[in-house]
Amino acid sequence: MTIANPIHLPGQSRMGARVLIGVAIVLSILFIAAPLVFIFVRAFARGWEVYLANILHPMTLHAIWLTTITALIVVPLNVGFGIAAAWAVAKHRFPGRGLLVTMIEIPYSISPIIAGICYLLLYGRQGLLGPWLQANDLQVMFALPGIVLVTMFVTAPFVAREVLPLMQAQGTEQEQAAVTLGANGWQIFRRVTLPNIRWALLYGAVLCTARAVGEFGGVSVVSGNIRGQTNTLPLHVELLFNDLNAVGAFAAASTLTLIAILALFLKAALEGRR
Amino acid sequence: MKPTLLVSALALSLGTAPAFAQDRLLNVSYDIAREVFEALNPAFAAHWQATTGRTVTIDMSHGGTSRQARAILEGLPADVVTFNQETDIEVLAEAGLVPDNWRELLPNGASPWYSLPAFLVRAGNPKAILDWDDLAREDVAPIFPNPKTSGNARYTYLAAYAYELARNGGDHAGAQEFVAAIFASVPVFDTGGRAATQTFAERNIGDVLVTFEAETGGIAAEYAAQGLERVTPSQSLFAAFPVAVVAQNAERNGTAEVATAYLEWLYSSDAQEIVAQHFYRVTDEGVAARYADSLPALDLVTVDEVFGGWGAIRAEHLADGAILDQVFVNQ
Repeated sequence: MTIANPIHLPGQSRMGARVLIGVAIVLSILFIAAPLVFIFVRAFARGWEVYLANILHPMTLHAIWLTTITALIVVPLNVGFGIAAAWAVAKHRFPGRGLLVTMIEIPYSISPIIAGICYLLLYGRQGLLGPWLQANDLQVMFALPGIVLVTMFVTAPFVAREVLPLMQAQGTEQEQAAVTLGANGWQIFRRVTLPNIRWALLYGAVLCTARAVGEFGGVSVVSGNIRGQTNTLPLHVELLFNDLNAVGAFAAASTLTLIAILALFLKAALEGRR
Repeated sequence: MKPTLLVSALALSLGTAPAFAQDRLLNVSYDIAREVFEALNPAFAAHWQATTGRTVTIDMSHGGTSRQARAILEGLPADVVTFNQETDIEVLAEAGLVPDNWRELLPNGASPWYSLPAFLVRAGNPKAILDWDDLAREDVAPIFPNPKTSGNARYTYLAAYAYELARNGGDHAGAQEFVAAIFASVPVFDTGGRAATQTFAERNIGDVLVTFEAETGGIAAEYAAQGLERVTPSQSLFAAFPVAVVAQNAERNGTAEVATAYLEWLYSSDAQEIVAQHFYRVTDEGVAARYADSLPALDLVTVDEVFGGWGAIRAEHLADGAILDQVFVNQ
């Protein structure tokens, strides 16, 4: 390929850039902004009172509570798991290290519904552990433990994947220096490692929270959709929608959207500091 | 690993906490039944309190019934099922969760109410759509979901087929041509009933929505501004809404008594009155007579009479390359 007329090129590329930017803006509005705005338009279609009544409906409140409690259990556990996994991979050499990295990333590439079905095949009535669980009267699937397990699986990589590259880039010199100064393991972690990764950690935790709150596919398999018991917020949105209660569905969806937007702002704020 | 500890702790605290002070029942149901059970359950709770002095809380789970049956097989602790497909209770019976003779344990083949494919047309019925033969007209665009993926549309297909079979005196070739003519003018085949409703009411496509009569009232109410009108054809197909106690679960949960009482109560005139208000057909004659205006009489045929049961339908109509595939050319 030859450049036929280099003098015209800057002008052409500026033109091209404008077209590309224009296309990007139009597409962003069509595919991202418009649906978001539409959620709120539909949620308030019958006024404030109807919106509030829908949000304050006991079943919607329970769904909000269940989703919150799930995130409150899942996110700290995954923060712990993420740090531990990233620490092991970045600061240590051991056989099977590459395998561990691959394992951490598996939930990224597996559809959540597959995760849900796998858990069902393991913990369900007909599953491997099903008879034992039933004999001991332990209800894992179609109850909070199942929802937590699947959400944990789906969101497992988020913290680890954020923290790992940073830890790898920083190497082990600072930790080694701390050891020579007589610090113990906990002191090294708290005073040296943690401050170095805190923004990446927070960033990962925000992503993990947003994903945990919005998780639908995997949870829908193990939830059983019992209203007021195992119905998470995303499941509740679908349920109201199928019930021909559009305002209720969009009102519930608006709370999810608000959480997502909040996470987006947090993420943008953290991105700079990371 | 931490999670195992967490699981057992949570399972102990939340999973099967028995309520000693009161009865608790899990009713696993089909996906559009929320409103009717939201009306029925408080009435049953009042009845149960009056007759036994005990309180009862009824938890509901709604979803497609094949999926619900699957979840029960995997351990969803349903005490009773209230479905809209008999085959999905059969699945539970095969697994031993429901007794094999479940149809004989309650009146009317264990179907306390029923429905049938019916029509919803535009305000003022501008195309004068009154019966199945109007759907086969070239100037009429019917809307219903894809019968390959939707149980609802399967009833539509069978009802149209049975209508023409009755009219032409049993000529199957003619009935297939008739159904093919209806299919040919359907502009969009959505995968499910909800999507078809949106196509008709929100995207304003088509002249007539075909769905269960029980849903036509709710759809007309949701899109009240459009003035959609309900039309009952002269003949349609009986669609059972079967119920059963999931005996194995109910015994373990100690809910067999209240579960049985709940399902028997659905046949009482109090319950049937509530059900009729939601546009279901009921078996109680007094109640049915009071709602004859909104649910007019028609010729009802059953799957067993016309097609020889669901087994025959699966083999002759729904199997790959069978009659449905032959008439469904524009899929």
